[in-house]
Amino acid sequence: MGKVIQIAPITRIEGHARIAIHLDDRGDVRETFLHITSLRGFEKFVEGRPAEEIPRIVTRICGICPWMHHLAASKAVDAAFGVTPPPAGILLREICQLLAHISDKILHFFFLAAPDFILGPDADYSVRNVMGIVKAAPELAARIVAMRQMGQRMLEGFAGKAIHPVAGVVGGFSRPMLEEQRRALLRDAETLLDFSCYALDFAKDSVFAQYRDVFQEPGTITTGFLGTVDRTDGSLRLYDGIQRLMKADGSFTDFEGGRYTEYIGEHVEPWSFGKMPYAKSWQEGFSLDIAAPAGIYRSNTLARINVCETISTPRAQAALEEFRGMFGRPAQQTMLYHYTRLIELIYVCERVVELLQREEATDTRIRTRAEPQAGRGVGIVEAPRGTLIHDYTTDGNGCITRANLIVGTTHNIAPMNMSVRQAAASLIKGGVYDQGILNRIEMAIRAYDP
Amino acid sequence: MAVRAAFEWLNSCSGCEIAILNIGEALIPLITEHLEIVHAPILMDHKYLGQCGDGRKLEIPEAEVGIVSGGVSNTEHLEILLAMREKCRMLIALGTCASHGGIPALMNGQDRKEGWEGVFATSTTDPGCAVPDVEVPAPLDRVYACDEKVAIDLVLPGCPPNPARIAEVLTAVAQGRDTLLPGKSVCDTCPVRREGKGAVSVVRRFLTNADFDAEEPVGKMRCLLEQGFMCMGPVTAAGCAGLDLPPSCIRAGVPCRGCFGPVRRDGNQMLDMMNALASNGIDFKSVVDRRSLLRFSGAHGLLRQIRKNPAGKKG
Repeated sequence: MGKVIQIAPITRIEGHARIAIHLDDRGDVRETFLHITSLRGFEKFVEGRPAEEIPRIVTRICGICPWMHHLAASKAVDAAFGVTPPPAGILLREICQLLAHISDKILHFFFLAAPDFILGPDADYSVRNVMGIVKAAPELAARIVAMRQMGQRMLEGFAGKAIHPVAGVVGGFSRPMLEEQRRALLRDAETLLDFSCYALDFAKDSVFAQYRDVFQEPGTITTGFLGTVDRTDGSLRLYDGIQRLMKADGSFTDFEGGRYTEYIGEHVEPWSFGKMPYAKSWQEGFSLDIAAPAGIYRSNTLARINVCETISTPRAQAALEEFRGMFGRPAQQTMLYHYTRLIELIYVCERVVELLQREEATDTRIRTRAEPQAGRGVGIVEAPRGTLIHDYTTDGNGCITRANLIVGTTHNIAPMNMSVRQAAASLIKGGVYDQGILNRIEMAIRAYDP
Repeated sequence: MAVRAAFEWLNSCSGCEIAILNIGEALIPLITEHLEIVHAPILMDHKYLGQCGDGRKLEIPEAEVGIVSGGVSNTEHLEILLAMREKCRMLIALGTCASHGGIPALMNGQDRKEGWEGVFATSTTDPGCAVPDVEVPAPLDRVYACDEKVAIDLVLPGCPPNPARIAEVLTAVAQGRDTLLPGKSVCDTCPVRREGKGAVSVVRRFLTNADFDAEEPVGKMRCLLEQGFMCMGPVTAAGCAGLDLPPSCIRAGVPCRGCFGPVRRDGNQMLDMMNALASNGIDFKSVVDRRSLLRFSGAHGLLRQIRKNPAGKKG
């Protein structure tokens, strides 16, 4: 019986998980497991609640991306009650979603992932963190703290709460945007856009170029991809659009979100509370075998950048073209999640500037009256970590009778298992490993999932 | 001299941790000068079983102050909470999950076995899936607040807690001074216009927006309860927006749902709200799904599973 190495807990991610690496008698990797250890039961305990309250409850699935759950649930309840928000209601929701993406991407790349690059993957744990960045690069640290805070302050000032928001409501939005607020938000959004361009340049010069080896190998696997694109031109979309499921060879199928159950199934392993979505429609079953995976696709930034034809904003489109010139389509290297995250950061900043310039941003017709009714609604948005699906059925009193949730992160649980396996097998040989090597294995997770 | 601090999260969502990051400019001196962080899974790589993952027993470093978010729902949460209590001289329960169970304690109103089985038998799960039970922590019989399992020295509720408040408390702890927690209700700190009892006899669901002029300050808006909306301000602890701003949800034009837990730490938000409605002449039976008035405070045995009622009543 070989040894078991425990990476517990996985750190600098959002969520509760650990990695177990089982070695054989020679000290080579026999098996690895990514154990997701958290189970709370949201699908169950929303039953019986009035549907219009759900967007205020499911936010607590994730404190990093509460806006995504808030908005996916709002869209699902709109559909169950058969209401369409006025254009300004939809616009205000999307503005908030974009602002939340901005803070999230800064947090993910700079606070959680960057210590591995700025301090180095082998640095001691006591300094390989954001506190270490403050000491090693104080000006950069002050800037990332300020920029992330700016995004959060914009949300709070306009929508009341940034964490666990309440302003998205069935039928639209709870309060209109004032002209004065619009102008202030636009000014700040332009500052964030400048920062986003700096962030990609910084990463290209100081991270991606220096860590070419780290970007080539650990965690790289070959899979399909899932994302949301514009239904007319196939460009990147985050608030709404059509779902696109791409195979590893680049061929793809588009489908309406409401029909997701025909395309996606969920596999369950006895050793993880995290369900593992897979592409049921490929009719090849489910397998985590790295050499011959079955049904495995990925979500999140790399997936969205792979599935989209173009990006509708100029600077992000230029970055996309440069990226595709270097890595092709679909790109498979796991560490490229970071690169594509920063391309998306430029897109969300450009897009929020664009939306804040629209006249209807300050329209006061923001909510359509809803009446509780029996129905079913599927609401989908692109969360930072992937395609987020909320599906609710209501009774005649507008209370929930059935719920199904596929959270962004869960699409990547199967691929993360494979990436961990791949990274561990390539880095641990003959029982030789140290904390730096174990950290490199965790870096495969951090590419997907802080 | 920096104070050694350990952070942990249990049955939580990370919203409390994001609230800490939302402290803003003051964050940098807090985490690098006032505090010496020795353990914090979201920010740093200290591991339970040693940095090479070959230890036998969960180890958390000794610290002057420990900060725990999330309630206690499985054996792993309990093991971590006990280790934190053992290693931290002062233990702070951060957020409403830690103080009162929070949203995840809504599970206390369910049949847990049936509930977990339902989570693994949805419209997308493969047929025949069982609840995972290998190398994953076993669920406890219900969701507990932290003080039901260990002694807690300071409670800082909120979903999430207010960032400035967190900064003030942690700075006070680092400087060794006392800090006063407000004992007021959301209504006590809410500037909206109140005209008195009598006009409303039932409460409405939030299906249309409140009546207010967005160009005017919040203080010009009429109280949402007086507009006929269910609002839990009377029975909820204040502090969500800090002490100088109107409550956060009210600023967004939506009613309070009680995310800071009861005003008195041992209060019962459901019973207190029923009383508040009755004393204002409002028929409490008009509240759809009354038990969800305990949606933030279902620990301490307050929210329990109800027997299946054939009439299908939700109350």
